[in-house]
Amino acid sequence: MSTSKQTADAIIVGGGLHGCATALYLAMRGINCAVLEKDYVGRHASGVNAGGVRRLGRALPELPLADTALSIWRNIEDLVDDDCGFESLGQIKVAENDAELSALKNRAKTVQDIGFSHEEIIDQKQLRELLPAVASHCIGGLYVNGDGHANPYRTVTAFKRKAISMGVRIFEQTPVNEIVRHGTNWLVKSPSVKIEAPIIVNCAGAWGGSIAAQLGDYAPVEAQALMLMITARMPRFVKPVVGSQGRALSFKQFDNGTVMMGGAYQGRAEPEQNNTHLSFNGLAKNACAATAMFPIMRHATIVRSWAGIEGVMPDNIPVIGAGSANGVYHAFGFSAHGFALGPLVGKIITDLIDGGDIELPIDAFRIRRFSQNKDT
Amino acid sequence: MKDHYDIAIIGTGPAGMAAATVASAHGADVLIVDEQPEVGGQIYRGITRQSIKDRTILGDDYYKGQNLAGAFAASNVDHVSGATVWQVSPEREIGISKDGAAHLLTADQVIIATGAQERPFPIPGWTLPGVMTAGSAQILLKSSGITFSNAVFVGTGPLLYLIAYQYLKAGVPIRAILDTTPKSNRLKALPHLPGALSHLGSIMKGWKWIKALKSSGTLFIEGIDDLKITGKNSTEAIEYLVQNKWHRIETSNVFLHQGVVPNVNLAMASGCVYHWNEQKLCWHASTDEWGSSNVPGISIAGDGGGIGGAIAAEYQGRITAYQALYTTNKIKKQERDINVLPTRHALAHEMRIRPFLDAMFRPAVQFRIPTDDATMVCRCEEVTAGKIRASVSLGCAGPNQLKSFTRCGMGPCQGRFCSLSVSELIAEARNISVNELEQLRLRPPVKPLMLAELANLSTFASEDT
Amino acid sequence: MHEIEMNPSPKVSIKFDGQTLQANEGETVAAALLRQTHLAFRTTAVTGTSRGPFCMMGICFDCLVEIDGVPNKQACMTYVENGMRVKRQLGAGDTGVFLSDEEDTQ
Ligand SMILES: Cc1cc2nc3c(=O)[nH]c(=O)nc-3n(C[C@H](O)[C@H](O)[C@H](O)COP(=O)(O)OP(=O)(O)OC[C@H]3O[C@@H](n4cnc5c(N)ncnc54)[C@H](O)[C@@H]3O)c2cc1C
Ligand SMILES: Cc1cc2nc3c(=O)[nH]c(=O)nc-3n(C[C@H](O)[C@H](O)[C@H](O)COP(=O)(O)OP(=O)(O)OC[C@H]3O[C@@H](n4cnc5c(N)ncnc54)[C@H](O)[C@@H]3O)c2cc1C
Ligand code: FES
Repeated sequence: MSTSKQTADAIIVGGGLHGCATALYLAMRGINCAVLEKDYVGRHASGVNAGGVRRLGRALPELPLADTALSIWRNIEDLVDDDCGFESLGQIKVAENDAELSALKNRAKTVQDIGFSHEEIIDQKQLRELLPAVASHCIGGLYVNGDGHANPYRTVTAFKRKAISMGVRIFEQTPVNEIVRHGTNWLVKSPSVKIEAPIIVNCAGAWGGSIAAQLGDYAPVEAQALMLMITARMPRFVKPVVGSQGRALSFKQFDNGTVMMGGAYQGRAEPEQNNTHLSFNGLAKNACAATAMFPIMRHATIVRSWAGIEGVMPDNIPVIGAGSANGVYHAFGFSAHGFALGPLVGKIITDLIDGGDIELPIDAFRIRRFSQNKDT
Repeated sequence: MKDHYDIAIIGTGPAGMAAATVASAHGADVLIVDEQPEVGGQIYRGITRQSIKDRTILGDDYYKGQNLAGAFAASNVDHVSGATVWQVSPEREIGISKDGAAHLLTADQVIIATGAQERPFPIPGWTLPGVMTAGSAQILLKSSGITFSNAVFVGTGPLLYLIAYQYLKAGVPIRAILDTTPKSNRLKALPHLPGALSHLGSIMKGWKWIKALKSSGTLFIEGIDDLKITGKNSTEAIEYLVQNKWHRIETSNVFLHQGVVPNVNLAMASGCVYHWNEQKLCWHASTDEWGSSNVPGISIAGDGGGIGGAIAAEYQGRITAYQALYTTNKIKKQERDINVLPTRHALAHEMRIRPFLDAMFRPAVQFRIPTDDATMVCRCEEVTAGKIRASVSLGCAGPNQLKSFTRCGMGPCQGRFCSLSVSELIAEARNISVNELEQLRLRPPVKPLMLAELANLSTFASEDT
Repeated sequence: MHEIEMNPSPKVSIKFDGQTLQANEGETVAAALLRQTHLAFRTTAVTGTSRGPFCMMGICFDCLVEIDGVPNKQACMTYVENGMRVKRQLGAGDTGVFLSDEEDTQ
């Protein structure tokens, strides 16, 4: 294969949601960019995740971002010409006993104390109204009106298409093997193409650590295999996305009647081989939680299960921001909840590149937090 | 069922039964599992019951299975029937579902002998009630004595003629046989005839079936170029195009068949590599001469690895068993080699007829890749050929992306009745060969699993620890 | 339907959509229904069209019925038992059955 040589204003490594969204926002500002993706767009976490768009239970530093992201999700069609399957039917975290309910009450208060009012405690009666099929021993929960979910693959594909329509070059099956300095530019090499640009954005997800290293930064990202399973179509019985305070469970029913479940338990990831292995002991615990909370699920049939490779940081919040060298930016390691932030983070990175003001607090996400910790 | 076995075998068809018999005879601790309640696999289904009074109906080849089943019954293996295997992990953790409960166990060696299924036959109307595979007709006959009078048999391949012949022997009137074998196949099969002549007996048998069917007065039409099945809520008629003219036959039952293909889901989900076989137009396991796959400790025997027929399946079962015995230190290398040598020769002989059969009964392209955009390809999610073509033009590059585009392959059959058509269709639309496509990624559970069963697994697991 | 002479086997009776049918012990629910020329077993969840068994060997999932209150059972892989209640499965199944929480309320 002959290697073509090209230039751009910015190069983005990784064609997940964050890579594609960043490319789209850059293109909207007239910054000419190229995305290099080793597989195909949406092949990894961005295309296979649970699609949850939530503020409920978010780490506090992420709350302002999640809140702003939601306002983009509400008008996502204006941005990418596709509604991305976004539905805003609320999210609920269920309590099965008093201890769980009081933990939820504490959480609600913490969130209120920093100025957000979206998380509200609901009692058993309200819970039953929102979730008629919930087991009768559940006593209440924490509810966020306005949270919801979208269709992951459709979303990342919509961003890809829109980015291409704005002139972004997206190279699939194009692994970045090497990144070197070339004057003031970054020269990125893959088997089929070489591109150089003054700006490079690391959106490589679980692989973000090795890209960061080539750019002179350090981030201890762990590749985890998060598992999900889905049932055959069932009559529609639950609308909000459901989580549990006491058990590891994330649970939602789609428009088409299929029910998706997962949460907490990991399979085994082989990021170098693009491969994951499932752990049925883990899925069994999710199944246990689902049948305990929704007795009607006992007869549900699981037709598929899978795992996606996600980059998880030691403190469970992502890396977002500028790197130490000139022209380097990072957005990776979203630690199992980066889908919801996708439509926003690309804008933040674009603002940073474009020298605009960043209205949102992103200091907690700086990549230097790891090297600083390492030094001390 | 124990928690661990030396050798676990999935499938009690000829391959699995032969493997189990050999393995247990040499002292291995053997588990064999099948989702059917009785042994026999597809060819010898119901062999231990033999409920049909008239033995001429199913013929001698069927009753040959008695020997194999007899030897198997006398062997010392843990036989778990009526149990579905929904996963074999690369670490050889086996997930089994029986009587509404799931279990996990492990084995040092796993032999996957899951056999074949019939090739999809996507034509207009193939989802109507009353349209079944010819294999279904045989299953109903073998196990329940049920047949349908005045059915139409459609397609190509030895099994189609055999089953129609079994109907004839049973005295069941057949409305018509519509033979879709392309005329040009004969010429293409000719170069393979010399190799096949060592199997003159089999070839003559096939001719006998066809001759008997033709001389029985049954309508036997060759050179079919196009087909459609019509009806409102169930089958009312089949229409066929021959020499540029459409004809119509009224019937409530149509039996379709255009060959068998490996049942790959379990092995592929274990990580076993398969490659596209252009002669056979299906996936073939990339195994070595011992049936060993790329996944350590997992081997594939019988039609599940590549179609060779029942006798070949039996031989392959023996060979994989000897290798499994050797790797688990039950026998020495020399003992393995001495025992396997005659079987290897017999297998090579058995396979000699295959290139001829593959060329002779290669299904026509229009019955593999629907020309009519309205034809259903994915029966479960009701995705048509047109929808798939449209997805390709939107940039969908392969079967995995197609799932996200259309839900094609995401229903309970997990792609068993669409993935071959989908692969060929996308390859054609993209003007590349199937080999260049990304393969459908299959994941356990390879058969739908009740959530309650899975949940029980978690109670077992926590009790154990 | 044309029945071949078989060695006699004990009979069981099952219910199909409320109607009583005789079946042979050791045969599948699908065989028992087909013997009575019931060809359509369900309607699909996507478009509501009629379907019946296609492969009879457990791989096409077009024979799904509700058996003793449990939806999505493969009729071709389930063996008849005396008193079994079989129902056509309409679409994704019967919401009434799904929504009952009886075992949960003590
Ligand atoms: C099973 C699962 C469920 C989840 N559920 C939710 C949820 O409900 N809500 C939520 O908000 N989040 C969820 N997440 C997390 C969310 O999916 C991720 O945080 C998000 O998709 C990350 O996007 P990304 O673009 O950073 O990463 P990815 O989508 O992983 O994209 C990174 C891309 O970079 C490419 N790449 C890597 N190295 C190279 C290289 N050298 N050259 C070229 N390309 C390269 C990769 O191939 C990959 O496509 C879930 C994740 C998983 C796995
Ligand atoms: C419907 C049909 C009818 C056929 N009839 C004939 C015939 O009459 N004459 C002939 O020569 N050839 C026939 N064949 C061809 C047949 O494939 C082979 O000749 C022969 O049966 C292959 O033997 P095998 O041991 O490889 O697999 P099979 O005989 O197919 O046995 C495989 C076994 O594995 C079991 N199995 C599969 N997956 C699982 C799982 N996940 N869990 C548990 N068990 C599982 C199946 O229940 C089956 O019993 C038929 C094929 C089909 C599909
Ligand atoms: S008829 Fe195909 S699965 Fe039952």
